[in-house]
Amino acid sequence: MANVKRRGFLAAMGASFLAGCTKIGQTEAGQAAFDASESWHRIVHRFLGNGRLVKEYDASAISPTFRGNGTIDPDNAAYRAAAAAGFADWRLEVAGLVERPLSLSMDDIRALPQRSQITRHDCVEGWSAIGQWTGPQLSLILDEARLAPEARFIVFRCADNLNGDDYYESCDLDDAYHPQTIVAHQLNEEPLPIKNGAPLRMRIERQLGYKHAKYLTAIEAVASLDDIGKGKGGYWEDRSGYHWYAGI
Amino acid sequence: MTGRKRHAFSTRLWHWINLVCVVILFMSGLNISNAHPYLYWGDYGFRPAEAWLSVPRFPGWATIPDFYSLAQARDWHVLFAWPMALILLFIWVAMLANGHFWQDIRTRRREWQVSEVVRDIKAHLRLDFHHGAGKYNFLQKLTYGLVFGIILPGMVFTGMAMSPGLEPSFTWAIELMGGRQSARSLHFILAWTLFAFFVVHVLLVILSGPVWQLRAMITGRNPKAATPAGEA
Repeated sequence: MANVKRRGFLAAMGASFLAGCTKIGQTEAGQAAFDASESWHRIVHRFLGNGRLVKEYDASAISPTFRGNGTIDPDNAAYRAAAAAGFADWRLEVAGLVERPLSLSMDDIRALPQRSQITRHDCVEGWSAIGQWTGPQLSLILDEARLAPEARFIVFRCADNLNGDDYYESCDLDDAYHPQTIVAHQLNEEPLPIKNGAPLRMRIERQLGYKHAKYLTAIEAVASLDDIGKGKGGYWEDRSGYHWYAGI
Repeated sequence: MTGRKRHAFSTRLWHWINLVCVVILFMSGLNISNAHPYLYWGDYGFRPAEAWLSVPRFPGWATIPDFYSLAQARDWHVLFAWPMALILLFIWVAMLANGHFWQDIRTRRREWQVSEVVRDIKAHLRLDFHHGAGKYNFLQKLTYGLVFGIILPGMVFTGMAMSPGLEPSFTWAIELMGGRQSARSLHFILAWTLFAFFVVHVLLVILSGPVWQLRAMITGRNPKAATPAGEA
């Protein structure tokens, strides 16, 4: 009898601990602690990393396939038509706080100096894949567009709509100007497959996969993320509360 | 033994803060595991067919939060990683400085003799927790040594090895572990090893006198000869 009671007591303790945690997590103080922790991780990572590169692998390390996740085939007429035309008329707009807005064709992008890197892609879910990405560094494009001094973030606009919202992502200038941050148009020396973001996707190698925006249509320099989407800086950040700094 | 207290203030402070951190980290970790419950060896891995382990789905009563949310579980996990890692650093400095490590946890060569080890195992099986002048017997020293020296720091390092933002600073550590997916597998194995320690630890506290053991770890009070010098 006493045993049953004790077991009941322990179960009730456990349940209230869990319910308590869930509640605390949803309070303003809880959220403030989570946000602070996210910032500390970013500050420590940047301090320790000091702009260095992530590991680049040998060709032998490339995984046999490269998993597509999230949107793997954008379901809208304009994208379908572009895909049917082999993305010949795809444009990448560079807009926002820049002195010289650009509209780049695929040929323009391929004509820029290219960087090729074999890197590991880590999904927030836990899995990893390795592939070779090729494209111009984002810094080259931003320099050509001449970033205004008040620009603090780069927003990436995408052609896919997931669950009713347009996908987008953003990063700060530290990641935008990192040498391995490229606008990739090739995976493993072939044009990007649709499941991996054809015809253009971002590679932001020091962060998790959801930051690497696919089906890229525009790059926009902004001073604040508050008025973009729901203000958290990305599709998954707005929708589910994922970290904006996804370096952990 | 240091002072009249059974456990130094630094030990007691670390013990309870670490408990809260580890419970939250473990339960939020189970929620994170549900996002992709497959483990791989090497640098990459994403196909369940190539997994060395397909992990069962953990139910809501075992996870933080108590429903599936990768985003919220990650919030808890990366927040509590801070106090867990920092207080681990603190207790190492404290127990090296106050002698706890050298006097109570470090094993002597004599204790590794097979006959001594067998005798200690037999005593444990008889639930005989009397042991000589030392604070801990051989199995305790070994277990605490593994927890302090391998399991807890291993949790921190394998966790750091999984972070792409730390990859430029820890490339060597990731390679040492055999790749990011190996680090993730080790993180999982170490977490369950720690859970196994937790179960045995609590069981032995209950068997050896839970009231004075808990009191000693809260107030530091030394039970002297009133109760058998004991386990925990």
